[in-house]
Amino acid sequence: MTPIKKQTGWRLYAQTIIGRAYPRVIGTQREKSWLFFDVFLPVLAVAAYVYVYRAMRAPEEYVGFVVVGGAMTAFWLNVLWSMSSQLYWEKEQGNLALYIMAPNSMMAILLGMALGGMFATTLRAFAVIVVGSLAFQVQYAIAGWLELLAVFVLALTALYGMGMMLASLFLLLGREAWHLSNLAQEPIFLLSGFYFPIKSFNFWIALGASIIPLTLGLDAMRQLVFPSGATLGFLSVPIEIAILIVLCVVFLIAARVLLAYMERLAIREGRLTESRR
Amino acid sequence: MTLASAIETQDLGRVYKIRDAKKKERQELVALREANLRVERGELFGLLGPNGAGKTTLIKILTTLLAPTAGWARVAGFDVMREQARVRPLINMVSGGESSGYGLLTVRENLWMFAQFYGIPSAQANQRIKELLEIVKMSDRLNTKSSDLSTGLRQKMNIVRGFMTDPHVVFLDEPTLGLDVGASRDVRAFIRRWVTEDRARTVLLTTHYMVEADELCDRVAIINQGRVLACDTPANLKRRLQRDAIFRIETDRLNGAGIETLRALPGVRSVVHRSGDARDTLEFVLARDEVLGAVINAMEARQIRLLHLDKREPTLEDVFVDLVGRSMAEVEGDAK
Repeated sequence: MTPIKKQTGWRLYAQTIIGRAYPRVIGTQREKSWLFFDVFLPVLAVAAYVYVYRAMRAPEEYVGFVVVGGAMTAFWLNVLWSMSSQLYWEKEQGNLALYIMAPNSMMAILLGMALGGMFATTLRAFAVIVVGSLAFQVQYAIAGWLELLAVFVLALTALYGMGMMLASLFLLLGREAWHLSNLAQEPIFLLSGFYFPIKSFNFWIALGASIIPLTLGLDAMRQLVFPSGATLGFLSVPIEIAILIVLCVVFLIAARVLLAYMERLAIREGRLTESRR
Repeated sequence: MTLASAIETQDLGRVYKIRDAKKKERQELVALREANLRVERGELFGLLGPNGAGKTTLIKILTTLLAPTAGWARVAGFDVMREQARVRPLINMVSGGESSGYGLLTVRENLWMFAQFYGIPSAQANQRIKELLEIVKMSDRLNTKSSDLSTGLRQKMNIVRGFMTDPHVVFLDEPTLGLDVGASRDVRAFIRRWVTEDRARTVLLTTHYMVEADELCDRVAIINQGRVLACDTPANLKRRLQRDAIFRIETDRLNGAGIETLRALPGVRSVVHRSGDARDTLEFVLARDEVLGAVINAMEARQIRLLHLDKREPTLEDVFVDLVGRSMAEVEGDAK
């Protein structure tokens, strides 16, 4: 048999990330049903809000707000169902034990899941933006491409960092995680202002909602892509960028700490592969 | 690499704290107690025992997935708790009936993905995947989605996953569970070939199939209720019973009547009763041939009709009965 030479260190880390991202980058595109479930249905949800705003004769920017918000919901759903709950599903499927038993880093597995999820979801979000923008004739006026890219990347990094942190937490909670995901879905749609500017909230509620990275990410993006976005923004874009940077650091560190704790606890109590407890 | 044993355990134990149905009181469940084992490099070692005997718990500890609550264990000379990072590159594990990987990926993609977690470069991984799939006669399934595989093919894919990383020690937890005769034979042949190719390779295999342990393993440890009861080569284990006489008697339906009386007869070491559709089978281990007369007399006295009688060589099942007092099926039945 062909002899093999195994990589270690950062090469192993990188290979692990690529390996775990692969099923999401390639595998999830194979089922063409995503075009219906992840593009057509979200566009329908967006359409409902668009018609409500148009019936109310709200400013036309609101239509754009809804289209962008509708696209970004894909990321929240992905983080909730394919990041936070993922380690629990991996455990049920028998993958988690194999991941932990391998010489790789579990953080690399989570990063692979996150990067793969980001890629697959960006495709879906982009499709929603394109279809929604064409269907409802949304006009964009990008104030700063670099800033927009920075906000998008920071928002996703912080959001998926939060997902990585929740993954360990949800694994410890076991079956209850399923209910938590259900519980978190709709309130976050509301609090993050997916379909309206969060400036509509009381300041303190909007500030509290800002702990979810999509809230500020979405708010900043809207300010950067719509002419009247700044007047409807919650905080200024530089402040929102600064807060997003803090959230990135906090969530990624918390993810690492919680993951190490989860692994220790799971090995000690036999929760990785055993349902007895 | 030093010449340490492939696997070594000392007074290894694991106690689970479990909650009762109402999740109020916590109870202790002893899954493994004072297990002392030494498996040398190049051995194909079997752990034989009924469901719930502690086999899987032992494997979980040895694969760094579970902490022992007593004693210690070393794999390839490294402590499984303190030196996990040194143990993990050297081991792999396959469980019977596992559904690891992702159904949307093909066989090659799934195997490639797991190869990445061990740092195997893509070109080498793909080459090895091809070679191993050829050995297990699955080359034509390279690009089949794993969700489209039958149970047997899926398990062969799992086996390839476990061996692909060139581990020093492979742990196989009931690797032929649920497979048909042909697939089981292929898997066993593959395992035997892998160990024989390089005497530095070691396999620890758990099974509750006696024939599998007998055919495949260089040595076998019999385990029940978390305790290792005996450990030797299958031939030596069976030799323990060679002075005994083993008879199989088929009768009409017994409904359990009189079994205890037969068990109590002088010279009867054990009796295992199996119910069939039309007839029952009694397996007797007797101290000597002459005891058979007393057994037949006792059966006649209870009007048990004897339909067939034969004498046979001891099997590992008989060894288990000798050690535990009941058959593996009876122990599993009690556990349910």
